[in-house]
Amino acid sequence: MTTQNKKGTRRAFAAAYPSWFYLPAAVIFGILFLFPTFASLFFSLTRWTLFKYSFIGLDNFRQFFSEPFLVWGLINTLIYAVVTSGSKVVLGMLLGILLTSNVMMRGLLRAIVFFPVLVSTIGVGITFTMLMHPTNGLINDVIAVFGVKGPAWLTDPRFALLSVAFVDVWKGVGLATVIYIAGIVSIPAEYYEAAKMDGANALQRFWNVTLPLARPATVTVIILSLIGGLRSFDLIWAMTKGGPGFTTDVVASVIYKQYQAGFYGLSTAGNVVLFVLVAAIVVPLSFVLNRREVEA
Amino acid sequence: MTYEISRRLLVAAAAGSALALSFATPAFAEVKLTFLVDNAAATVTASEALAAAFHAKNPDISVEVESRPGGGEGDNIVKTRLATGEMTDVFMYNTGSLFHALNPQQNMLDLTDESYQSDIMDTFKSVVSENGRIYGAPFRTTMGGGVLYNKKIYAELGLKVPKTWPEFMQNNAIIKEKTKAAPVIQTFKDTWTSQLFFLGDFYNVLRAVPTFPEDFTANKAKFATTPAAIKGFEHQEEVFKAGFLNEDFGSASYDDGLRMVSTGEGVHYPMLTFAIGNLFETYKDNLDDVGFFALPGDEAANNGLTVWVGEGIYGYAQTEHPDEAKKFMAFVASKEGCDVQTEAIGALGPYMTKSCTLPDDVPSPTKDLVSYFAEGAKNAPALEFLSPVKGPALEQITVEIGSGIRSPIDGAKLYDEDVRKQALQLDLPGWE
Amino acid sequence: MTAKKLRYYATGILSLAVACIVFVVPFLFIVVNALKDKPEAARLHFTWPTETHLWENLVAVVQARDYMLITAFVNSIILTVVAVTGLVVFGAMVGFVLQRRPSRWSGLINFMVLAGLIMPPAVVPTIWLLQWLGLFKTLSGLILIEIAYSLSFSVLLFRAFIATIPRELDEAAILEGAGPFTLFFRVVLPLLKPVAVTVIVVQSVAIFNDFTNPLYYLPGSKNATVQLTLFNFQSMFNTSYNLLFMNILIITIPPLIMFLFFNRQIVEGMTAGAVKG
Repeated sequence: MTTQNKKGTRRAFAAAYPSWFYLPAAVIFGILFLFPTFASLFFSLTRWTLFKYSFIGLDNFRQFFSEPFLVWGLINTLIYAVVTSGSKVVLGMLLGILLTSNVMMRGLLRAIVFFPVLVSTIGVGITFTMLMHPTNGLINDVIAVFGVKGPAWLTDPRFALLSVAFVDVWKGVGLATVIYIAGIVSIPAEYYEAAKMDGANALQRFWNVTLPLARPATVTVIILSLIGGLRSFDLIWAMTKGGPGFTTDVVASVIYKQYQAGFYGLSTAGNVVLFVLVAAIVVPLSFVLNRREVEA
Repeated sequence: MTYEISRRLLVAAAAGSALALSFATPAFAEVKLTFLVDNAAATVTASEALAAAFHAKNPDISVEVESRPGGGEGDNIVKTRLATGEMTDVFMYNTGSLFHALNPQQNMLDLTDESYQSDIMDTFKSVVSENGRIYGAPFRTTMGGGVLYNKKIYAELGLKVPKTWPEFMQNNAIIKEKTKAAPVIQTFKDTWTSQLFFLGDFYNVLRAVPTFPEDFTANKAKFATTPAAIKGFEHQEEVFKAGFLNEDFGSASYDDGLRMVSTGEGVHYPMLTFAIGNLFETYKDNLDDVGFFALPGDEAANNGLTVWVGEGIYGYAQTEHPDEAKKFMAFVASKEGCDVQTEAIGALGPYMTKSCTLPDDVPSPTKDLVSYFAEGAKNAPALEFLSPVKGPALEQITVEIGSGIRSPIDGAKLYDEDVRKQALQLDLPGWE
Repeated sequence: MTAKKLRYYATGILSLAVACIVFVVPFLFIVVNALKDKPEAARLHFTWPTETHLWENLVAVVQARDYMLITAFVNSIILTVVAVTGLVVFGAMVGFVLQRRPSRWSGLINFMVLAGLIMPPAVVPTIWLLQWLGLFKTLSGLILIEIAYSLSFSVLLFRAFIATIPRELDEAAILEGAGPFTLFFRVVLPLLKPVAVTVIVVQSVAIFNDFTNPLYYLPGSKNATVQLTLFNFQSMFNTSYNLLFMNILIITIPPLIMFLFFNRQIVEGMTAGAVKG
């Protein structure tokens, strides 16, 4: 192949991935999300009632960092994010493997596992609040059969956050599973056959084929559920409203409460802080995970 | 669809041009108003009844009711729609401190010169006014914040309605000893219900420290350093420590509370009297077993009620049909309007229109409530009608105090801090 | 062989039993309460209704607020179908170029994708913008908003999965003279079926169940979407739990049907891949 020819091919390859493929997405995303969202950051420097604003410099940030329950909320946020995203990765993978294997009534099982994703957060919140009711909830009724008095899952500060995290996993694991199913299904069958021919057992096949080749799914599930966990408050809001008292407050619910109270400038400042926090955790992580993808 | 077209025409013919109006009106005979209300069943029912009655009387104007969520989410929707110029022609909203947060002078129609104002009580006019101008007309009834109680159990045990706090605690002790019912019902799943011991005690605070609202607004009085103001917190802790609460107080809901007080599973439920409407809907058979009294304070002779002034309806400043909107508000505020509401959802309390009357057969708790408005009876508005400052975290703090997690004095300090945040946002003088 | 069969049935029955307890029991709670009358449902007990009110509750929910539910279904279905189509096509296009042709912009684009997932949108400035564009209170405006807010998710997923498609396929196609359009729509996109189905399923559910965005960007009773109908029965002060649960059931059915349909597509994708293998 001559040099000229090679250049031509390279140009053809480049032309096969044209930049204008970005265009439709970039226009919609840029105009309707990026522009207003980042323009609004200006309001984090103001006292803003929606009707008028006055410039107050960094006062909102000072105020935000002196929120009495901020540190508490920060710890809760980290616990909640780690517990929910960790469980979703592990359970999602196990369920994904189970539901792509030759298991009985696979379609039905998949539908059952995915079903909670379909139900609205409001419905899930009410349902579990009742199932976890300390005196007449089903969960404690069952525990009582074994002669043990179950705790007040959502109103005892020791259990409340983890109870909500459990429901979050219940509701979200179907999503992780579906992503894993897509990942496992995309693995070409000949890898398994080759592994089988080499005499690898099921565990070795999982370790040497499924795990590395389902990597895109794992990366996606980790990133999505970690961001979700760090930012999440809708289920917390539906089930405990951050309570009892302030015990299940996370950073996002602190911000939401400020917004509800009409402190629009302050809550914008809070969103900036949360953005920096989440980005500081997720961006390096995503970088590392994607770099290893290139190496592989 | 006609509305859309006429609207576009109006816009095209330049804003505010009288010519455009006279041109558009005959072509489209019917004017359509939209009325935004919260989504509580009673509000929607009453609003739809008012809309129908008004349309029957004014066939050329129809009113469409649109509902929105209540609470903090509702506040945001109302503010967002005002700030973006998308408010409905007429809308319902709170009076008092929340009303002031809507920037009335810019956003609402001025109703000061409406002919019906002479028929409206001054108490109401004062909570929907800014700089001497009136912006709201009364909708629904005025409420009291006190204690709903089970009259059947009171009769069985021969108890008397308490006038002082010690009497109240004594009744509780007797109930605890002689019945299986919970003396005091608390329902912290719905956190807002936890605030009543504190907010409902304000009549007593005001008696002890008459200047509290002004001093509080000016950052001169604090809850933590005003012994009379902190009593509500202390009372709440007392009932918890005495073991008077229902076993599931942490996870019980507002609905549970209503069921308990009406069926006698519990006896005292500190609550706002709009709950009578919910009792009427869900526990109608037991409604007459329920009574109401004001939160007792220190002196029996000066027992009185803390009052929440009813909601207002407001006209949107940029409505295309200001005259029709005003006409509708006048109807809601008239005696006829009151009667339509009573017919639709029952009589829940006194109306703020002087000529409005209640039927003779009002439910038992309403009768008790009305007695606090009779000649010689004592009542005072809640703090939120006398001061624009109200901390957003109160309900979390009262849950903590009511569950023994936080002491009253700690709670008061935390609330003072919370209040400071709100005052700073309002940019009130004296705060930094 | 028999041991294998035994294990097949054992794991099958075991997983089904566990799935039923963990996932179906909460669902039954919604069902039994949807059948009760208001005071009984208000107790929120897990008991069979003393009297079933299936038909009354169903009628009450459908008729509420002048058949709002019907309008809401129409609106939500249009919204979901159009927005998800846009998300799949636009998201896959970005993911494709982003994964295949790294450039100095890639870092920035990757960051923007993450920013889209992390940063909550600002409601009021967005409304001002939509008003200025003449898109506020229109279904098309809301469709574009839903696309903008969910693009990141879609791009992230597509980019990750495009990495699993061998480049040799592209090269072969290019050498045969395929332009970018043919390459993307005829060669790459068909191979992305499992992940495309995943995006469709997940985003359809999210958009169909969304209530915050319609609440702010598409106000008005005529513009209601399905989640907003829940507010007919749930308020801060009084909730009709029987009707609320019935409403939840009714609006959960369409996504369930959709899932069952696409679930079959995933299975087909699997077998197709295996055969081609």
